[in-house]
Amino acid sequence: MTAVSTATTRRSAPPLRRLAVASEPYLYSAPALILIVAVMLVPLALGISYAFRDVKLLNPFGAPFIGLDHFRELASDRTFARALKNTLFWAGASVALQFIFGLILALLLNRPFAGRSIVQALVFLPWAVPSFLSGLNWAWMFNPVIGPIPHILTALGLMATPSNVLSDPFNAMWGPIVANVWWGIPFFAITLLAALQAIPRDLYEAASIDGANALQRFWSITLPFLAPTIAITILLRTVWIANFADLIVVMTNGGPADRTQIVASYIFTQAFRRLDFGYASAIAVVLLLLLMAYALLIVLLRQSLLKRG
Amino acid sequence: MPLYWLLKVSVTPNNLLYTEGVRMWPSQTSFEHYAFVLAHSDFPKFFENSVIVSGSTAVIVTILASLAGYALSRFNFRGKYWIVVLMLLTQMFPLVMLIAPMFKMLSPLGLTNSLTGLVIVYTAFNVPFATFLMQSFFDGIPKDLEEAAMIDGATRFRAFREIILPLTLPGIAATLGFVFTAAWSELLFALMLISGVDASTFPVGLLTFVSKFSVDFGQMMAAGVLALIPACLFFLLIQRFLVQGLTAGAVKG
Repeated sequence: MTAVSTATTRRSAPPLRRLAVASEPYLYSAPALILIVAVMLVPLALGISYAFRDVKLLNPFGAPFIGLDHFRELASDRTFARALKNTLFWAGASVALQFIFGLILALLLNRPFAGRSIVQALVFLPWAVPSFLSGLNWAWMFNPVIGPIPHILTALGLMATPSNVLSDPFNAMWGPIVANVWWGIPFFAITLLAALQAIPRDLYEAASIDGANALQRFWSITLPFLAPTIAITILLRTVWIANFADLIVVMTNGGPADRTQIVASYIFTQAFRRLDFGYASAIAVVLLLLLMAYALLIVLLRQSLLKRG
Repeated sequence: MPLYWLLKVSVTPNNLLYTEGVRMWPSQTSFEHYAFVLAHSDFPKFFENSVIVSGSTAVIVTILASLAGYALSRFNFRGKYWIVVLMLLTQMFPLVMLIAPMFKMLSPLGLTNSLTGLVIVYTAFNVPFATFLMQSFFDGIPKDLEEAAMIDGATRFRAFREIILPLTLPGIAATLGFVFTAAWSELLFALMLISGVDASTFPVGLLTFVSKFSVDFGQMMAAGVLALIPACLFFLLIQRFLVQGLTAGAVKG
């Protein structure tokens, strides 16, 4: 279509041709843009409007405007308060552990050794595992009937009798966290490995000639070089993980007694199980506001760092 | 390690499953679970649905993203900044927010409980990232190539199609693979939008199976191994390329 229009305008009057040339980039990007607006921005706007209306799937007659009622309900919703706390714990623990293990792996993989490419492939494999399968797989691992983990923990004396962590109200969150760490380490390892490989080799050689030991080299060359990558990856990854509900929905469904409910899985539960679209959207709006505050914080932090630097 | 367990239980015959418990490898292996899953369950249907949805999504996304990525890579135009902002914006907010309004929008159109509906949703979700990916591949190709072709009288679109696209084939393959895997793994929207067996994708089917027959571990895990196949195939293909690509990006940036 574009080919025809440019071909014909090439022979016609200059203004028309200028129009064709000016519109060319828009023609290329139009299909993608139309789809994004129709399937992402329109539902986003619709979702924000639902937050102020009483939208329930089983109530087909209208969706009356109810103002801030949903938000008032949210303010006194114990589950929501717990979900907020759980989200912080879930994101904090997952990111911290993923980062530590990811960094160790990246450092190990950054030096050549025999069979490195095989090890590398094995290390990165969890990343290719679909998240729902990773969740199910870990749920099975934690199951005392079929999985080894409860038996190992009992043998180590950490557990009195083999039981399922996922049904223990006080420790259930560790189930999805372990699954998430296992699944997310490769992401950090890949990103950090790429950054490591960009550090000029001669820096290390110069440092060893000057008599710096391995720890000193790590502290004064590797870390400063990695710092920007680390900061950006952690900040972005935290947001992503805070909203990542798949593993929780698969492994615990937010239970037992909402002990593992995070905000994102709470939205899903409200929409999918209770079919209360209005309330689900109200939670979503609060989540969006919190994320915007977080993003603002990052921008401010970055600016103050830049000023100092 | 968990994957190893998955594989182990999937080949353990039922009578040994409980008696041998946590042994590292069963004394006897069998493929009875696989045979059962393939012959007497809906999993082949789910597998087929997932292949259709992920395959179509990957192809459509790659086409749209090549066009948009080309525009972002080769043109300087007024709307460019806003297009980039719009696409970045879609990467920022949690998609789970859209789950309720999406259902409300698609159901009057008859697109809930349909594979077409899923393809449309997944395509939109994956286009922004794929566009940036394709843009970076186009950026790596010298502009002189299509300029020479255009001086020779080809239209820009023809130069794009016949000269630039063939050169980006590795990039196109990577994009196809990324999108295919992403669509293959998607769970929450599939759960919300699909309710019948006929249109279930693999994740939905597996989860329904698990909640219904939660005692048949051997069969569940055999099905799990099946879900792993396409993802692993793709992964082994691009694994090396992936690290290289990221490294190149890091050197440049």
